[in-house]
Amino acid sequence: MTEKKYSKKHEWLEVNGSVATVGITAHAASQLGDIVFAEVPAAGKSFKKDDPAAVVESVKAASDVYSPLTGDIKESNQAIVSDPSLVNKDPENLGWFFKITIKDQNELKDLMNKSDYEKYATENPN
Amino acid sequence: MSAANTELKQTGKTSLYEFHKSSGAKLVNFAGYEMPIQYQDGIIQEHTHTRNSIGIFDVSHMGQLKIECSSSIFPYLEKIIPLDFSAIENNQSKYSFLLNDKGGIEDDLIVTKVDTGIKIVLNAACKDNDAKIIKDSIGEGFTAVLRDDLSLIAIQGPKAVDAMEKIFKDISKLNFMYGNYFEYNKKKIFITRSGYTGEDGFEVSIKNEDVQDLTQDIMRVSDAKLIGLGARDSLRLEAGLCLYGHDIDTKTTPVEGALSWAIPKIKKEKGGFLGDKIILDQIKNKPKKIRVGIRPEGKIIAREGTRIFSNDQKEIGHVTSGGFGPSVNGPIAMGYVDYDQSKEGTKVILKVRENMVQGVISKLPFYKKSYVKN
Repeated sequence: MTEKKYSKKHEWLEVNGSVATVGITAHAASQLGDIVFAEVPAAGKSFKKDDPAAVVESVKAASDVYSPLTGDIKESNQAIVSDPSLVNKDPENLGWFFKITIKDQNELKDLMNKSDYEKYATENPN
Repeated sequence: MSAANTELKQTGKTSLYEFHKSSGAKLVNFAGYEMPIQYQDGIIQEHTHTRNSIGIFDVSHMGQLKIECSSSIFPYLEKIIPLDFSAIENNQSKYSFLLNDKGGIEDDLIVTKVDTGIKIVLNAACKDNDAKIIKDSIGEGFTAVLRDDLSLIAIQGPKAVDAMEKIFKDISKLNFMYGNYFEYNKKKIFITRSGYTGEDGFEVSIKNEDVQDLTQDIMRVSDAKLIGLGARDSLRLEAGLCLYGHDIDTKTTPVEGALSWAIPKIKKEKGGFLGDKIILDQIKNKPKKIRVGIRPEGKIIAREGTRIFSNDQKEIGHVTSGGFGPSVNGPIAMGYVDYDQSKEGTKVILKVRENMVQGVISKLPFYKKSYVKN
C-alpha cells in the first residue's frame, strides 16, 4: 500500500502492487452533495486513461467518474450501489468505486500527492 | 470526476442575500438571481425537514405584479388568463396561466383577487415578458406594476401553521388558496395560505426592509430552517407540480400539461381566451401527447431529456423533470408521452445512458398530504 494519489478530475487512487483502487475525493463528494445513485463498471471491462468508467449521481446532477489509468477492471464496489450514501460518508475508504490493473506505471507520474491536490482543489473547486 | 455546477455571475440579489450567505448557503445563478441552492445540511435533509417540520424559502426572485383595478378589467384579463374572474371570491387565489395564441403557456401563475385589484405571482425568468403581455392586454386604463419593493417568502411544512399563528393571530383560520392582510412592524402585509411543496404553508409578501426580521422571527418561534432551491425542486416534483420552462412552456398547452383542471367549466365550454380553439379541441378530442408521472424501477435516475420508449421499442416521449424523491425514497420523473400510452400502469422503457430502465406510468402526485380546509 502506498500514499494516495489524486487526479485533476477529483479521483483518488491507492496503488497496491499492480492494482489501483479508485474513488472520488472527499472534496468532490462534498461538492456533489447528497449522493443517491452509483453505477460501477463490470469486472473485465477495459478503460483508457481519462475514459468515463463509472457514474455518480447526487440529488442535483449526474457526473462521470473517469479512470485515472489505463487498465482492466478487477472488481467494483457493490456496497456503494446498494447504499450510495456511503460515498458521502466515507469517500476515500469504504466509498471506493473500482479496482483497476495498472498497465502503464508512467501514468502514475501525472497524478498529484495529497498536499498538491488540496491546493489544486481549492483553486479548482469543481 | 466532473461535477456540473452553475457558473456564478454578478446578477440580481434578493434582500435576503447577505442572510443566505451568513447562513452557509451555496449560491447559484437562477433566472438572473444569485439564489441559495442549498445550505449546509444538504438537499435531502432540507427536503425532509420541510416534510416533517417547517422550512422557509426565499422566493423573492419571483414577480409580484399588482394591478389596481375594478371588475371592469376582467374581460381584458380573461382573454389571456383562462379564469372566470367574477367567480373568484375576494382574497381567493387561483392557479392559472398566461396563454399565447396557440394555446401555449407563456407562464404559469397565481392570481389573487383583493379589494383594490388583482395580485399575480409570476415566475422569475418570465416576469418582465409577462408584465409586458399583461400591460398590452389591459391597455392604458389600468396600472400594472411589478413590485420591486416587495420580497416573497414561503413558509412550508406541517409546523408552519403553529409558527405563523404565534406571529399572526388567527392566520390558522385561513383556508388553503386564500389570503388576507396582516400586520408586521406596523405595516400591512399580504399573506396567502399556499405553496409549491405539497405541504400546508403560507406565502408572505412583505417589504424588502422587513423580510429578514420576519424570517428570523419565524426561526425564533419554531425549528424552521432555511431551505434552498434544490429541495424546493425535489419537493415540487414529489408533489407533481410543474416547473415552468421544463414541464410546461410556450409550446405546451394546459391540456397537454394535464392542467385542464385549472380552467373553469364555463371557459372550457365557451372559450373566449387566446388559443381557445386549440385548447377546446384538445379537451374534446384528447391531445396527442400528455404530461404524466413516471416511476423508474430500481435506483437509476431518469433526468430531463431522457427518451421514453413503449414496451415494443417505439419512442413515445421524453422526461421533462426527473430526480430522486427523498420522501418516496426513489427516483421519480415527469414527462410527456403519446396520449394512448399515458394510462396509469402502462409499462415504459427509459433510456438512461446505455441502460434500458423499466418504468411505469404513475399517478401524480408521487407524495400526497392533505391541504387544510377549515
